[in-house]
Amino acid sequence: MSRERTVSAPATTPDGAPGTVPVAPGLFTEGEAPHLVGARCAVCGSHLFPAKPQCPYCSSDDVRETALSSRGVLWAWTAVTAPPPGYRGDVPYGFGVVELPEGIRVLARLTVADPAALEAGQPMDLRIVPLHTDDEGRTVTTFAFAPAP
Amino acid sequence: MTDVTIAGVGMHPFGRFEGVSATDMGVVAVRRALDEAGVGRGGFQAAFCATAYGGVASGHKVLGALGMTGTPIVDVEAGCASGAAALMLGASAIEAGQYDTVVVFGVEKMPKGIIRSSFFEPWQEEAGFAATPAYFALRAQRLMAGSGVTKEHLAAVVVKNRANGVGNPDAMFRSPVDAAAVLGSRVVCEPLHLWMLCSPNEGAACVVLRGGGGAGTGGGAGAGAGGTVRVAAAVLRSHLPGAVLSESTPMSGLVDDTIPSPSTLAADAAYEAAGIGPRDLDVVECQDTDAARELLAYEELRLCPPGGAARLLERGDSAPGGALPVNPSGGLLAKGEPLGASALGQVVELVHQLRGRAGERQVDGARVGLAHTVGRGANAGVVVLVR
Repeated sequence: MSRERTVSAPATTPDGAPGTVPVAPGLFTEGEAPHLVGARCAVCGSHLFPAKPQCPYCSSDDVRETALSSRGVLWAWTAVTAPPPGYRGDVPYGFGVVELPEGIRVLARLTVADPAALEAGQPMDLRIVPLHTDDEGRTVTTFAFAPAP
Repeated sequence: MTDVTIAGVGMHPFGRFEGVSATDMGVVAVRRALDEAGVGRGGFQAAFCATAYGGVASGHKVLGALGMTGTPIVDVEAGCASGAAALMLGASAIEAGQYDTVVVFGVEKMPKGIIRSSFFEPWQEEAGFAATPAYFALRAQRLMAGSGVTKEHLAAVVVKNRANGVGNPDAMFRSPVDAAAVLGSRVVCEPLHLWMLCSPNEGAACVVLRGGGGAGTGGGAGAGAGGTVRVAAAVLRSHLPGAVLSESTPMSGLVDDTIPSPSTLAADAAYEAAGIGPRDLDVVECQDTDAARELLAYEELRLCPPGGAARLLERGDSAPGGALPVNPSGGLLAKGEPLGASALGQVVELVHQLRGRAGERQVDGARVGLAHTVGRGANAGVVVLVR
């Protein structure tokens, strides 16, 4: 897999396309306008990602799944230069925190692996990108943020 | 202030020891501490063993090898603060009147490189979220953005701690480094270079606790030399929710920069329990998993005002001979980090310092010391010792 892959255009893998599988179910939707599947606590109003059955801020069970905004701003970033334990993709890869309008900061891969090419506060858009090819030949996808055009 | 005193301490050096098991290292540390305390078989009523990677019954293996089982032996896991957690349990049990003498030890034998942790979900590993140094790097970047800390400051922390490690026979790295070499080492995760990160390694440390001011009465040669050292506070805290870069390593957090860190929660509780403030400290051992972590600890432990870490370092306050030397042992940057043993290794160093027997690392007149550990969980431990 080429290093350019994650830096280039969004991988708009069509929903349900044969041969692709998300890295985990329930994290994100794919297609033309992908979004992260988060949740909002009906009691304290906090948003969380990933969605969980309980609110980690107020212990409420009244937590409802919601689509999170696909555009945020960059809050912190770095690049990972050596493969961490259990990782099955390419290095280097961008890694950081994006602030979403819902008032939350989300950890995510970044499509840019050169920290000098990024700056604090820049708009970032959600992308669904290929991560690696699994043992059955399927493309495993994950979520990442890319600088907004 | 508790009534619990340190009756004896012992270490197995931190480093890489091929063919030596965690149990072997634990035996060395426990024997040394028991000898110093003048405690033999039957001389303690409980044992707490700190380990994060040791596996089932690590404490039983060590005390079993010494023929010293029969008492309760409890293994304790609290990440990088495992030793502080074990110390808290031991000291609390003595305070409660449950025991008179307790053995607290930590053992670890870690693989090289980035630590694999059962903490992460398989998908997080697969997608690259188990990159521990990346979290350190993000935390470092935020510290730098908010406080004027530069890469040169990060390098200066490494230079300081590696120089301190030269004088520590229990440290893994005993050669000094200069800033150019630190900044010349490869970038692991911007802004952190390889030499700004501590090495997970191997080692053991042991502390014998005794109630009622009885330290030094056991007849051990070294016990009480230089004065009785008391555990003024042994505090463990976990995180509050909401900080995305907290050591609790959540996938998301809130846009809120006012959430106190677990280290600050532990420090504030420890200061209150000990009846002291940060200005009363003479020496500090803190969690320098990476160079920025030490600077963050200056703020979290209230050694400086928010945003004041760079200035504290520049003034030389945390250097040997400064107003408040930090990590005179060399810290984790020189000693390496055997998770279960590292917090107790800090306590051993402070006991040496407070007894005035730290050799060339000695902080003149040290009477009050603080040990700080923080890591995954989140777990933060703060121990205050007073002579």
